Amino acid sequence: MELNFTHHQSAHCENGVASNLLKNSGLNISEPMVFGIGSGLFFVYLPFIKVNYAPAISYRTLPGQIFNKVATRLNLKIKRQKFSSQSNANKALDENLKNNIPTGLQVGVYNLSYFPDEYRFHFNAHNLVVYGKTETDYLVSDPVMETVTTLTHEELNKVRFAKGAFAPRGQMYYPIQIPTNVDLKSAIIKGIKNTCRDMLAPMPIVGVRGIKFVSKQIRKWPIKHGTKKANHYLAQMVRMQEEIGTGGGGFRFIYAAFLQEASVVLGNEELKELSKEMTKIGDSWRDFAVEASRIYKNRSAKEDAYNTIADELLDIANREEIFFKKLKKAIS
Amino acid sequence: MEKDKVPQDQSNLTKNNVKELLYATDENGNYTTTLSTGWEPKTIALSNSIDEINERIADAKQQVLNGEASPIVYFMEINKMDLTILSSYVGFWKWRVKRHFKPSVFATLSDKILQKYADAFEVSINELKNSITK
Repeated sequence: MELNFTHHQSAHCENGVASNLLKNSGLNISEPMVFGIGSGLFFVYLPFIKVNYAPAISYRTLPGQIFNKVATRLNLKIKRQKFSSQSNANKALDENLKNNIPTGLQVGVYNLSYFPDEYRFHFNAHNLVVYGKTETDYLVSDPVMETVTTLTHEELNKVRFAKGAFAPRGQMYYPIQIPTNVDLKSAIIKGIKNTCRDMLAPMPIVGVRGIKFVSKQIRKWPIKHGTKKANHYLAQMVRMQEEIGTGGGGFRFIYAAFLQEASVVLGNEELKELSKEMTKIGDSWRDFAVEASRIYKNRSAKEDAYNTIADELLDIANREEIFFKKLKKAIS
Repeated sequence: MEKDKVPQDQSNLTKNNVKELLYATDENGNYTTTLSTGWEPKTIALSNSIDEINERIADAKQQVLNGEASPIVYFMEINKMDLTILSSYVGFWKWRVKRHFKPSVFATLSDKILQKYADAFEVSINELKNSITK
C-alpha cells in the first residue's frame, strides 16, 4: 500500500515534516515559513543537563513546539497520539494508512538504519512521515534525506519506542482540519514577536543573554575542566549549531530565508534588510565554528584561543541584541 | 552564506551518499536551498566525539578485565548509552543499574534481570557475561 505523498528534502526534520504534511493537504507552506511562524529560533544553555557528557546547548525550541505553534497561529487542527502499548501504536498507524492519511511520527535516531553510523546517537526528537506499507517494510519520507526510504516493521517499531530523554512513546500526528483561507500575515507577526520575546528574554540562560553567558563560561572552560574536556565541550557546541538539521549557522540562515519571504507577504521592505543582516550574523556563527574547530583540532588549547572565540561569541550576542530590537520595531 | 561558498568537503556523510540541505543566497541575494556533502569544522567535531566514545569503550573494557566493573558498563558504552538511557531501557532505577556495575553484584544477578540487559544491548545472556573475558 502506498499513499500519494510528495517528498521534499528540508534542512530540519520537524519543519520539514510539518511543511510536507501541510503541502500534502493542500496548504503550500515552505520550511522557513513553518520555522518562522512556529518561532523555532531560540537559544538556551543548560549547564546542569549533560548531553553526550557536555553541557546542553540548544539553538531551537523544544520538540513539537514549532508545529504546535504553527497550528494555533494558522488555525489548523493537528491530532497527536501517544501510546503505552506497541501493538496499539502499530494498529493506529496501519489504520491511518488505510484511511489514506500520511502520518508524522516522532522517533529515536539510534536505530534509523539508513543514517550513517556516526550519526546514530540516542536522540529521540527526530521526525519523519510514513506514507505506506509493504509486506516487510514501511515507506518512509525522512525530510533530511534526499529521497524517500524504508524501514522494516521491526525497525520502525524500535525507533517509535526508543527510550531515554524525550522518549517518543510511539507518538504520531497528522493534520485533521485545514481552513481554506489562512491568515498568513497575522501568523507571521505573531511568530516574529514570539521570537523577539524569547531572544530578548530577561533570563540569564536564554536568548541573547544566554549566548553572553556561554561566552563568559567558555573563557573558564580550559582552566576549570582542563584542555581535553574543554575541547570536548566546544566540539559538542559546534555540533549542536551545525549538524544536520540546522540549515547552517544555528538556524540563522533558515530564519533569514523566512524574513525574506515574510517581507514579500507583509510588503515590508525593512524585513528584507533585516534578512540580509541575519545572513551576516549567520556567517559570523559559521566563522565561530571554524575558529572553534581550530582549537579542538590542534588539541592544544591555549587560554588565549578560548578568549578569542569567547570575544567572537560576545560580538555575535551584541549584534543579535540590536538585531532583535530592530526586528521587534519593524513589525509593530 | 552565498550559494557558491557552501562547503563541499569530504565527511562521514559522503560514504553513504547522503547530502544535507542548506539555505544560502543566490547571485541576486535571494534565498534558495542547496546541497552540501559536508563541512570540515563539523567533521572534526564529530570525529572528536567518536574518539571520545572509543576512549570510553577502551576504558570500560580495561575496567572489566581488571575486575573493577561488570560487563554491563562495557556494553553500555559500545551502545553509546549513559546511565540515564540505560536505566530507561531496562526499566530499573538508576541506583540499581549503578549497583549492577559492580562485578560482585553482577555475579549474583538472576537470568530474568540479565535478560533485560541482554535485550537492551541486543546480545544473548551468554555474550553479555562472557564476550570480554574470553
